[in-house]
Amino acid sequence: MQVNEVEEKKEFTPLIVAFCCNWCSYAGADLAGSNRLNYPANIKIIRVPCSCRVNPLFILRAFQRGADGVILCGCHPGDCHYTTGNYYARRRMTTLFSMLDYLGIEKERTRVEWVSAAEGVKFAQTMNEFAEAITKLGENRKLRDLRCEK
Amino acid sequence: MFNTKISKEELERISGVKTNKCMKCGKCSGTCPNFDGMDYHPHQFVDMVDKGNIEPLLQSDSIWTCLSCMACLQRCPRNVEPAKLIEAVRLAVVRQQDANHLHAEEIPELLDEDLPQQAIVSAFRKYKK
Amino acid sequence: MQRIGVFVCWCGSNIAATVDVAAVAEALKNEPGVVFATDYQYMCSASGQEIIKDAIKEHNLTGVVICSCSPRMHEVTFRRTVEAAGLNPYMLEIANIREQCSWIHKDKAEGTEKAIILGRTAIAKVHLNAPLTAQESPVVKRALVIGGGIAGIQTALDIADAGFEVDIVEKNPTIGGKMAQLDKTFPTLDCAACILTPKMVDAGANEKIGLYTYCEVDKVEGFVGNFKVTIRQKPRYVDATKCTGCGECTTKCPSKKNPNEFNMGLDNRPAIYIPFAQAVPKLATIDPDDCIYMKTGKCGLCSKVCTAGAINYEQKEEFITKEYGAIVVATGYNQIKPTEFEEYGYNNYPDVVTSLEFERLMNAAGPTKGHLLRPSDGKPPKKIVFVQCVGSRGQSCRDKSYCSKICCMYTAKHAMLVKDHYPDVEVTVFYIDVRTPGKNFDEFYRRAVEEFGVHYVKGMVGKVSEEDGVLKVQASDLLANEQIHMDADMVVLAAAIEPNESARSLATMLTASMDTNDFFTEAHAKLRPVESPTAGVFLSGTCQGPKDIPETVSQASAAAAKVIGLLAKDHLLCNPCVSHSNELLCNGCSTCANVCPYGAIDYVTKEINDHGVRETRRVAVVNEAVCQGCGACTVTCPSGAMDLKGFANRQIMAEVDAICR
Repeated sequence: MQVNEVEEKKEFTPLIVAFCCNWCSYAGADLAGSNRLNYPANIKIIRVPCSCRVNPLFILRAFQRGADGVILCGCHPGDCHYTTGNYYARRRMTTLFSMLDYLGIEKERTRVEWVSAAEGVKFAQTMNEFAEAITKLGENRKLRDLRCEK
Repeated sequence: MFNTKISKEELERISGVKTNKCMKCGKCSGTCPNFDGMDYHPHQFVDMVDKGNIEPLLQSDSIWTCLSCMACLQRCPRNVEPAKLIEAVRLAVVRQQDANHLHAEEIPELLDEDLPQQAIVSAFRKYKK
Repeated sequence: MQRIGVFVCWCGSNIAATVDVAAVAEALKNEPGVVFATDYQYMCSASGQEIIKDAIKEHNLTGVVICSCSPRMHEVTFRRTVEAAGLNPYMLEIANIREQCSWIHKDKAEGTEKAIILGRTAIAKVHLNAPLTAQESPVVKRALVIGGGIAGIQTALDIADAGFEVDIVEKNPTIGGKMAQLDKTFPTLDCAACILTPKMVDAGANEKIGLYTYCEVDKVEGFVGNFKVTIRQKPRYVDATKCTGCGECTTKCPSKKNPNEFNMGLDNRPAIYIPFAQAVPKLATIDPDDCIYMKTGKCGLCSKVCTAGAINYEQKEEFITKEYGAIVVATGYNQIKPTEFEEYGYNNYPDVVTSLEFERLMNAAGPTKGHLLRPSDGKPPKKIVFVQCVGSRGQSCRDKSYCSKICCMYTAKHAMLVKDHYPDVEVTVFYIDVRTPGKNFDEFYRRAVEEFGVHYVKGMVGKVSEEDGVLKVQASDLLANEQIHMDADMVVLAAAIEPNESARSLATMLTASMDTNDFFTEAHAKLRPVESPTAGVFLSGTCQGPKDIPETVSQASAAAAKVIGLLAKDHLLCNPCVSHSNELLCNGCSTCANVCPYGAIDYVTKEINDHGVRETRRVAVVNEAVCQGCGACTVTCPSGAMDLKGFANRQIMAEVDAICR
């Protein structure tokens, strides 16, 4: 049993949720795919119309349900399809992340990145870096809904 | 003459001037009322500090002949404020230990009652070398 | 409970090579609500689409999940497919297992596992999908152009040419704008009036174009395709239907000492005036502030001399309300008065002028009849100094942060024209950078230097003073590292240009966004440069940023093309993924309206039946034709009343849950 546990720890693969805006970052993720740029399979993307659609509750929910990291990707400042959505997202996430930090969720577990539709390379790089950082941090147990665990 | 060594970063810190904001329009030197009295002109101060070529400025008479009238500071369209940079170079020289040209006890003799206090203080600082 | 069908695409070997598609279909069969799952080589092919249609009918499917390429690729295709089978097109979700799975992973087990998770996420979402219907709104086939300068005229002419009605609202008594005030135009030096006035006449004569001169936009309601605009007609005190534009009244008017706006105040005009000879419409207008009759009740001379009987001192302002399908903003620019730049002495010395004033001094129809004479004593100048970047490219409070773009070229033009007409005049230009990116622009500037002998000095003017009637210019010459002291008879300031002062209030009316300099913002800086982010509002000319005439005209025509594209449609299909508010939860706080970039949210006071309690409340109502579906309001709503159709809170939560299961 003990040996198994050690092995499990070594092979820890984090669960990462990525919110991507439809116009820039989701297209950037598609481009990363078209260019066959690898990034870990444990990152799952949720498509939202705009980064400003991401309610802080979604991120809390992800952590509650066992996510180890959450990343939000949107258009570059000034390039938002809806003009100002990414500015709203930036402000909301700044507030949310500082609160999460206060609750003991490391700052590195949450991130906002601007990825344009042309930045497939940047998307893959960002995801690789983020996954690596989360793997180093290990499992997130804060905020996890213990009732979900058997 | 003086062995002051000061870096660009230190000068920028003292003065609060960001030399790379300069767009090299020359308004400062176009405004300067004592242009002909200076061997290095306001726009050169900004340019030379930006390039790290500070030694000639430390040795130059310009830091003493600058009137500190702040016209260049007032007129600069990019808010680079060359006068503050010249002041910082001057301070770098002034702040050296044991380099005083003027001693405290000599000051009363030089006082002119009609001069405003502020002018006296700034003049002493400038002309003590 | 939904009855969901899952269709896993191989995409040839694109997906099938790294994802075990059969295993994915098998695994997803066990998800709740899934009644059918299959895999096929090419789902997007005709036969693949047939499989989907057949399954919908055979299994009575209420929701469809397709595991295939990116929804950005084939969402539209598959929506049509399910619609053809009788399902609402929005009961479809796509799991992106190609771009975001098979193409980026190499290990088949890993790819298959991820594809299953992506599939079940889509299933979780489709469970909560609701049928959505795209609303249709009719399009009023008429456009409004606000501003009657070259931009507005060109846009209107192009729209009218396509057969649509278009109205121009111009706040001055005549159309023509700034271009009418210019003398020659760079880089070809043809006279501005010669190329502009035919267009003005065309606009005036075109039966599709309605001219609302001496009018302002008072109120804008509605949305794309259905704007309702109230136009305020300022009183001219002249009956436009009777006035023939003969000009008899203007010669007889005894109040003659009023600064002439058209000539930048360099000469005077009577109280009743026609701005310039080629004005369109050619109507007299009384300025009530200058008119002796209006001020004292005595005079009435113009009324006596007018044989048409057009003068009407009792005229009142009128409001005209019309409907439009599209609005083009072409409000243009003004040149700043450099009064804050006291170092140049604009306030103190009449011979220090702005370039637009200089333009009038050079113009044959100007105050000096085209002879270049100093404003102070009417003598021809021998030495002229031009100063560039006055008020542009600065960061202090009196400066504009941007480059005004046109000054380098018009200064080269002025310098060249002066040297051409008066070769013995000495012309010096003080510049920071000479910026000439444009067709034949740099060649033009070089001609000024090489052929006409204009002195260009890299440096700025620090001070302009006067001694014995001669202007003394103190400046730097950076290349020579010298300070220059020179005499000048005239100093011409290339003052910055800024958006027209009416732009901001107009932007508020249109809920169009502006930048910090009051220039209108385009929907996309590169790809949608003539559209405002507000649907149905288009941008033409310098209201969007500094531009020269060729660029303004190109943008004007581009805006016209966009308007024509809009007006050509009978109905607009709206995006059904829009916000909506739950009246029971809404507390009418206006937070959502504040974050909405489109002004799509209004408030109504209505009676709400809240679980048997009848109450009158103020609640948010989303205009579905205006909402673009960004979702900013849904997050900002403190009571959770706002939600986005197609991307509802519950749907995204379900996706999160499915991923983290």
